[in-house]
Amino acid sequence: MANNTDYLLAVEGLTVSFDGFKAVNDLSFYVDSNEIHVIIGPNGAGKTTVLDLICGRTKASGGSIKFRNKELTAMKEHQIVTAGVGRKFQNPSIYDDLTVFENLEISYPRGRSVFGALAFKRDAAVRERVAEIAEMIFLSDHLDQRAEYLSHGQKQWLEIGMLLIQDPELLMLDEPVAGMSVNERKKTAELLNRIIQNRSVLVIEHDMKFVEDIAHRVTVLHQGKILSEGSMERVKNDPKVVEVYLGH
Amino acid sequence: MTRNAQNGLLGRIDGDVAGILLLAALLVIVLPLGLDIFRLNMVGKYLTYAFVALGLVLCWGSAGILSLGQGIFFGIGGYCMAMFLKLEASSPEATKIQSTPGIPDFMDWNQLTALPWFWEPFHSLTFSIVAVVAVPALLALIVGLAMFKRRVGGVYFAIITQAFAAILTILIVGQQGYTGGINGITDLRTLKGWDIRTDEAKLVLYFVNAALLIGCILLCLYVRRSKLGRILVALRDKEDRVRFSGYDVANFKIFVFCFAAALSAVGGAMFTLQVGFMSPSFVGIVPSIEMVIYCAVGGRLSLLGAVYGTLLVNWAKTMLSESFPELWLFAMGALFIGVVMVFPNGLAGLYQQYIAPRLRRPTVGRTTMPAAAAPIIPPHTAAD
Repeated sequence: MANNTDYLLAVEGLTVSFDGFKAVNDLSFYVDSNEIHVIIGPNGAGKTTVLDLICGRTKASGGSIKFRNKELTAMKEHQIVTAGVGRKFQNPSIYDDLTVFENLEISYPRGRSVFGALAFKRDAAVRERVAEIAEMIFLSDHLDQRAEYLSHGQKQWLEIGMLLIQDPELLMLDEPVAGMSVNERKKTAELLNRIIQNRSVLVIEHDMKFVEDIAHRVTVLHQGKILSEGSMERVKNDPKVVEVYLGH
Repeated sequence: MTRNAQNGLLGRIDGDVAGILLLAALLVIVLPLGLDIFRLNMVGKYLTYAFVALGLVLCWGSAGILSLGQGIFFGIGGYCMAMFLKLEASSPEATKIQSTPGIPDFMDWNQLTALPWFWEPFHSLTFSIVAVVAVPALLALIVGLAMFKRRVGGVYFAIITQAFAAILTILIVGQQGYTGGINGITDLRTLKGWDIRTDEAKLVLYFVNAALLIGCILLCLYVRRSKLGRILVALRDKEDRVRFSGYDVANFKIFVFCFAAALSAVGGAMFTLQVGFMSPSFVGIVPSIEMVIYCAVGGRLSLLGAVYGTLLVNWAKTMLSESFPELWLFAMGALFIGVVMVFPNGLAGLYQQYIAPRLRRPTVGRTTMPAAAAPIIPPHTAAD
């Protein structure tokens, strides 16, 4: 096992193979506290798989993922969440049959056991926190609405809100602005810039303009390996990156 | 906005309570006044299936877990009750013509000379009542742990529950000396000396059954109103999202499966008391699927709908079987197809869609946002 580090998240030698195909191959990268780290790369580079591995959805074949020096690869999904890692899926993943309020309430980090949930009371603390988050994600006027009736962009915000209410130390977002209108995209960048205080964010994104706006550090993946890493400026001018990804 | 949410919630609670009061009035006042004791006892029998339907509303309707083996739990609950009653009916005096007096008659017929060990505790009424709920819940816990922890779900789970129902039937039929075999446990007479075969006893048992049913509806309502109830709906929709919001999804599924099993078992025990016997014909695949149909016809998203559905289908079954016995199976098939294709949310869905909006036209607030309305559109079809 790797030694302890000062990084919030330390991924070292991470490998996963599906039937011999190595989707992620000996991958190492680090995320600092309060850093926005963006992963870019062509389709099939293994970006989403990396998030799946960190949040426990896919089991690693080798290597280690350490979050605050706790090994995540041995933990169950819900334990990883409790440890402080939140993950947003690519397609908005919200509960259509529940209201916006109820969607947020379920993510409120209390009463997560069966009997805890049975005894859970919707008290003032819950209401205030839900209202606060709803304000942040521009959905204050939609709390009583069934989530099904939200627009695509609003659904994405709702899912981000559901993560924020958990107050995770590491927030992982899979293409948060995909399918959004220009206006929604601008609001999302604004939202992300507001919520990154006191937490780290790991983002997968294709929209280069958006990446430039938010990224502190960029990792370029190609065929499950790191092609280049560093500031956006550096990565953009890396000839290898230009060839496989940015060139066309 | 939060005030709005509260108003919506209060309105909803009022509506539900009104519905329960209406049902209670129907069960406790209207039916006993309008029916003779033979028919009333029959309604009592139908109502025991309503316990199963309630369990299915939570398990299948809320959480999307379709069990085709609820007969297992109904049956075990019924057998636990029947074992106690049978032991009481098998006193040495009452069975002195047997070669081994003091054991149930079917054991004697099968050359058993002593009471099997697992029958011994059923001499105690307290133990038997606890067992009615605990044994099925424990079995559901074991099945649930084995299935849900390994993330077996959907159709696979339904098929496995069906297999369990078949296994249990075969076991009961095969172990005649211990279980009474295909005939079941019959000739039950008294409960702590109180003859349960008289008309007065049947009337009392009917009311006990009705009260228990109302109690169970309130319990289910509490579960559905809790955050746990909303988590069940959430995991039906987006299981992964619930998992990655920090919940151990399997535990919630196991809970609701055990809860549904316990409810079914209460129904089974009341069945034994009111009908006076228990047999494997209430355990297997066919009765289990019939119970799912009761729930589907009434509306798998509505507690009250499931109760009315159970009453209606059973009433239709009795009426049709009395006049045209050969038609019932066709009618049952047609009903199931109708539910799946035409009204997937059952009678309750039709009520929500066509009748309820007319009843509360003059509501205050925005009409475009039916926040408190029950979900109309099913995330799954009735078939999955």
